[in-house]
Amino acid sequence: MDLAYTPRQKAFREEVRAWLAANLPREPLASYDTREGFEQHREWERKLFDARLSMVIWPEALGGRGCDLIEWLIFEEEYYGAGAPMRVNQNGQLLLGPTLIEFGTEEQKARFLPRMASSEDMWAQGWSEPNAGSDMAAITSKAILSADGTHYVVNGQKTWSTRASYADLLFGLFRSDPASSRHHGLSYLAVALDAPGVTIRPIQALNGKQAFAEIFFDDVKVPVENRIGDEGQGWHVAMATAGFERGLLLRSPARFQYTARRLVELYKANREVADRDPSIRDAVIEAWTGTEAYALAAYHTVGRLAKGARIGAEASTNKIYWSELDLKMHETAMRILGPLGELTGDAPAAVEAARWLDGFLFAQAGPIYAGTNEIQRNIIAERMLGLPK
Amino acid sequence: MDFTFTDDQLTFREAVSRFLMTEAAPEMLREIWETDTGRSPELRKNIAEQGLTALSVPEDCGGLGMDDIAWALMTQELGYYAIPDSLADAAYVAAGLIAALPAGTASREDWLGRIAEGSIRIAVAHPVNPLVADANPANLLLLAHGDEVHAVPREQVEVEPNPSIDLSRRLARVRWTPAASTLIAGGEAGRALWAQTLNRGALSTAGQLLGLAQRMLDLSVDYVAQRKQFGKPIGSFQAVKHHLADVATKIEFAKPVLYRAAYALAHGEAGADARVSHAKLACGEAAWLGARQGIQVHGAMGYTWEVDLQMFMKRAWALDAAWGDRGFHKARVADAILADGAALGPGHTFEE
Ligand SMILES: Cc1cc2nc3c(=O)[nH]c(=O)nc-3n(C[C@H](O)[C@H](O)[C@H](O)COP(=O)(O)OP(=O)(O)OC[C@H]3O[C@@H](n4cnc5c(N)ncnc54)[C@H](O)[C@@H]3O)c2cc1C
Repeated sequence: MDLAYTPRQKAFREEVRAWLAANLPREPLASYDTREGFEQHREWERKLFDARLSMVIWPEALGGRGCDLIEWLIFEEEYYGAGAPMRVNQNGQLLLGPTLIEFGTEEQKARFLPRMASSEDMWAQGWSEPNAGSDMAAITSKAILSADGTHYVVNGQKTWSTRASYADLLFGLFRSDPASSRHHGLSYLAVALDAPGVTIRPIQALNGKQAFAEIFFDDVKVPVENRIGDEGQGWHVAMATAGFERGLLLRSPARFQYTARRLVELYKANREVADRDPSIRDAVIEAWTGTEAYALAAYHTVGRLAKGARIGAEASTNKIYWSELDLKMHETAMRILGPLGELTGDAPAAVEAARWLDGFLFAQAGPIYAGTNEIQRNIIAERMLGLPK
Repeated sequence: MDFTFTDDQLTFREAVSRFLMTEAAPEMLREIWETDTGRSPELRKNIAEQGLTALSVPEDCGGLGMDDIAWALMTQELGYYAIPDSLADAAYVAAGLIAALPAGTASREDWLGRIAEGSIRIAVAHPVNPLVADANPANLLLLAHGDEVHAVPREQVEVEPNPSIDLSRRLARVRWTPAASTLIAGGEAGRALWAQTLNRGALSTAGQLLGLAQRMLDLSVDYVAQRKQFGKPIGSFQAVKHHLADVATKIEFAKPVLYRAAYALAHGEAGADARVSHAKLACGEAAWLGARQGIQVHGAMGYTWEVDLQMFMKRAWALDAAWGDRGFHKARVADAILADGAALGPGHTFEE
């Protein structure tokens, strides 16, 4: 155990900090759940990419820096600590990206990864269907290989696909063997969202914005080169993606530590009002203890990974932990804000441009997306503790 | 930056675990519970033979010179097996205090040597604990008089036993009169010693609580896999699964907090108080949840004297308030994070 950063790690931190100080947008970007905000975030991603900061853990050949996971955590700390914009393409970069690195062909990596790193390609996820939510193995959307074996013909419907209205491509699971059921006979495909036969219908989310969408596929042709992993092995590949989502990658500790810091500041600025309810102080303290614990767990896991361990079902404890922590912190902020909490960003009397309200709304979804917390508890009980099905 | 244990440390932990598994089976705990002293000279002798009493004693005094990080692992094993012995009080907490006395302090080397060989029991009476654990069987007591530290032989104190629901804990009120002959440190030095001692005591308790949480989880998993109702193992019911998944999650996020606190102590970090308090809170909560969910999934069996779970639950309930209760530790965390200019947020988890 040696908890000092190396000179190289410190220098990297300094570099990232200096770059952000010089380059952060002066005005906050519009919400990435709107077309305008989405494109602003795309531009920002391009800037990060040009500084080779968009995907620091990727190899240099792919536009990254070949950083290890500790350096990645450092990057995240600086990034979120500086209040930098949310990462609009992270479903691609952090979920599909590592999946491609593990399962993709060299040709696929070359074709997809650099454009993903630069956000020239923005990616949407396509797992859920109207009748396949928690029970993802109930997927019925089909991808049937053409007789000449050159392409799949895709039919069916996906739903809840985050920012799909604005995205360029989608990755997801489709049933390639029509006679199959459950986890078998599924293939993992990348589908261009501007292909003929794709119809996208935006869904308005709790915040009133078109944050996700339904996608209909009518005889959409998908080249066979867009299948990631083997035919029929889609479930196996998708489980790797799900592991990244629940685990460290999607929700690194820094963004929650940043929220905790803001919460402490909010509390200190409103102590007189807040302390009328003594449980608020307790919750503020727990924001710090909770986010520190999450950060410590991340460093511990990263250290173990570096020594050859693999993340298994513990990833599910992560998912429960960050989503409940984030929700609790935002609930606490709303309780401190009291009657100002409900005000939207358009209200002149809104606090901090209603950032807490936005966060509070989104925090409601944390225990639902990336596999609901009930499903995570099942996974922990069955795979970590070995309890019977 | 490497926040993991070395192979040596992990091997050490495994060896301790294997040793305690055979030396401290639950049946044996029950036997020891029934005795007047609540202590087994036999067990203490075996522990000493394994070298475990020598862990923290500096090498030049016949010990192994291991630090707080080793104790973060060791105390989890002591908790997991609910060892009915105040081993950590003497070999870690008292050893740390005595080792920190200036070299040449009368008896310092003698006490450390005897701790290492396991021939002395030392009780530590920090003012945060109203009663003193193991005062009765102790040979020597470290007692506080204001900031002063006194080392008082057992014969010079009066001991009034105060039974605890945890029969592994033997608590007493101690009456004594400070004398110049027993004074080993005072003033600024005494205050610093007591402050470090409090942190070691709290860290030791936190480690034990985490070990207890894991033990109660393991016992519960075994029980629900084997007990059947409605024709199936009760562990297949989701409500039961989720109770235990919550315990697993609590434990998962208490562990690294404990390790961070141990490192802060070992390296004398300025922020060690808050780190240790955080560990004590996180481990205490994990242990209490382990107890609550544990008894729930055991049904009425969990409410009996007969089922082993009780021994671990009672220890968890008791230790949660030892070496500072939750209010005490929460206040220390609050002082740190609500202070002006506190270093909060991303990037301050390791650097102060
Ligand atoms: C903000 C947001 C973004 C999303 N983005 C995407 C995306 O980009 N791509 C995508 O494919 N999907 C996305 N999703 C969908 C998400 O993956 C699903 O909502 C989730 O898997 C749950 O499915 P469901 O909504 O159909 O709920 P249901 O499966 O109907 O579940 C409803 C309730 O029943 C419980 N339940 C169901 N089955 C069980 C069980 N076996 N045991 C215990 N409880 C159970 C659930 O836990 C939940 O509480 C997103 C969702 C949200 C909220």
